[in-house]
Amino acid sequence: MSQMPQRQAYGMALADYGDLNPDVVVLDADVSSSTLTRYFAERHPSRFFNMGVTEASMVNVGVGFALAGTVPFVNTFAALLTLRACEQIRTCVAYANTNVKLIGGYSGLSDYKDGPTHFAINDVALMRAMPNMVVVSPADNVEAAKMVAAIAERDGPIYMRISRAVVPDVFDDSHQIHLGKGVIVCQGSDATIVGSGSMVGRCVQAAAALARENIHVRVLSLHTIKPLDVDMIRQAAEETGALVTAEDHSVIGGLGSAVSEALASHYPAPVEFVGLNDTFAETGPDPDTLMDAWGLSVNDVVEAARRAVRRKTR
Amino acid sequence: MHHHPEALIYDLQEKARQIRLDVLDMVYRRGAGHPGGSFSSAEILAALYFHHLKIDPGRPDWPERDRFLLSKGHAAAALYSALARRGFFPVEDLEQWGHLGAHLQGHPDRIKTPGVEMSSGFLGHGLSIAVGMALAQRYKGPRYHIYVLMSDGGVQSGVAWEGALTASKYRTSEVTVIMDYNDVQLDGAAHDIMPLEPLLDKWRAFGFATIEISGHNMRQVLEALDAALEIHSLPTVIVAHTTKGKGVSFMENTAKWHGAVPNEAEYALAKAELKGYQP
Repeated sequence: MSQMPQRQAYGMALADYGDLNPDVVVLDADVSSSTLTRYFAERHPSRFFNMGVTEASMVNVGVGFALAGTVPFVNTFAALLTLRACEQIRTCVAYANTNVKLIGGYSGLSDYKDGPTHFAINDVALMRAMPNMVVVSPADNVEAAKMVAAIAERDGPIYMRISRAVVPDVFDDSHQIHLGKGVIVCQGSDATIVGSGSMVGRCVQAAAALARENIHVRVLSLHTIKPLDVDMIRQAAEETGALVTAEDHSVIGGLGSAVSEALASHYPAPVEFVGLNDTFAETGPDPDTLMDAWGLSVNDVVEAARRAVRRKTR
Repeated sequence: MHHHPEALIYDLQEKARQIRLDVLDMVYRRGAGHPGGSFSSAEILAALYFHHLKIDPGRPDWPERDRFLLSKGHAAAALYSALARRGFFPVEDLEQWGHLGAHLQGHPDRIKTPGVEMSSGFLGHGLSIAVGMALAQRYKGPRYHIYVLMSDGGVQSGVAWEGALTASKYRTSEVTVIMDYNDVQLDGAAHDIMPLEPLLDKWRAFGFATIEISGHNMRQVLEALDAALEIHSLPTVIVAHTTKGKGVSFMENTAKWHGAVPNEAEYALAKAELKGYQP
């Protein structure tokens, strides 16, 4: 496992990408030392704008930047961005279809020490419900870094969530990302585990544990939660008959909901959900212990897969 | 300071009259809309669209054009009239306001309507958007001026004052806020619902240069717009005292006409008053 937190991979990639694309500007709401947009600020001071604690206005300033032809990356903690500035995002980014990149740091439970006020457990639900919005949750540092260019170079509103924590490596540097396309991490036919963000590495570990029980699961990594790769989900349902979704987010409205909506329309199949079960959770000693305590452990994924297999009807 | 000849003043007053007549027709025909706050903005919009703004209806995407942001999106009908009469789209389109498939939405939509710089509807967003435009042009160019028309209701919103803080930090003299201060909002008088006074002191404390005018005096509107361009170190707010429902006696200064539709008799009376209105 890389010892670099995902936020650091993102912050370094953003600073590097700033060398390549002079149209990129970065806004932050007094948390650049936390989101690590500080790296961009140090390398490109004329293109960095610290907005203080004005999240709602910051999103609008970003909209102005976009209307003027630059590519703004608007950063703060995911919960603040998607909740405090929710109406600005709805009206001025999503509805007005402006080319703003919204980057929510400290996703899920990754800000373990600050507690539930700082957790982002419904950001995906909120952003996914916005027409025009693309929603991205990179699985690891490779995806977080590569996603910077990918979202900058795709026109339109995009929300990306980034973990504060060290997340398990899943991919190597040769990994290619295509927005809207899922990734088959490993093949299997007994069931499918669909993960996003920091849960993908845990899904891979769960698959290895299940293989020791002679249960061979397919693992899909969805860095793009919207638009969902419906073809890949449908194929998984057809070929494996049951699914598990795993996300560092509430089970209401996130990846599990998106997958279930697709299956209900295209190929109904049993789904087991791994996520926060309609709870705010609590403060913890470190990210992994906290996730394990609140239903996001590797074993939780394993047990969900066993249940999914038992529910198979075809 | 430019000299504004009487003929220009007269012409722009007639443009303001045309905006009011269009708004009345549009609201009556559609059975929906916001006459009060549209009428209070008529002189300001006429001055901007028919004289002051550097715009070209044939090139709505001209990079060097001035930007106008209608932060009080409920005055959409007045903006649509100004845009149509200025040539951004056919005047006949005004009859389609709110119809299914029409480009004229209930509130302005930048994607659908030529000349609309930014979608709006919920109050208070324009100033911080303008600040972003100002900062972007410093970095990327080209240079242009940005005008934001805000209502007293919009100035009650927190996001407006966050935008003011940001404008002050970056001294965005590229931005001129025009405040259509009619002192009447949906539920009643602004000074009762949520008082803004001492308003000029507030704007000054937030780092703005202030100009105070009557928003229905065309010469004062033109001179204020010119004066704001001469202020090179601060953002400017023009606090324009206006009358909600201006030009129709029974609509003036009453919250009832924020979002009400005249009946047949009221429509006829309003039309006659607007045609005879002498500024």
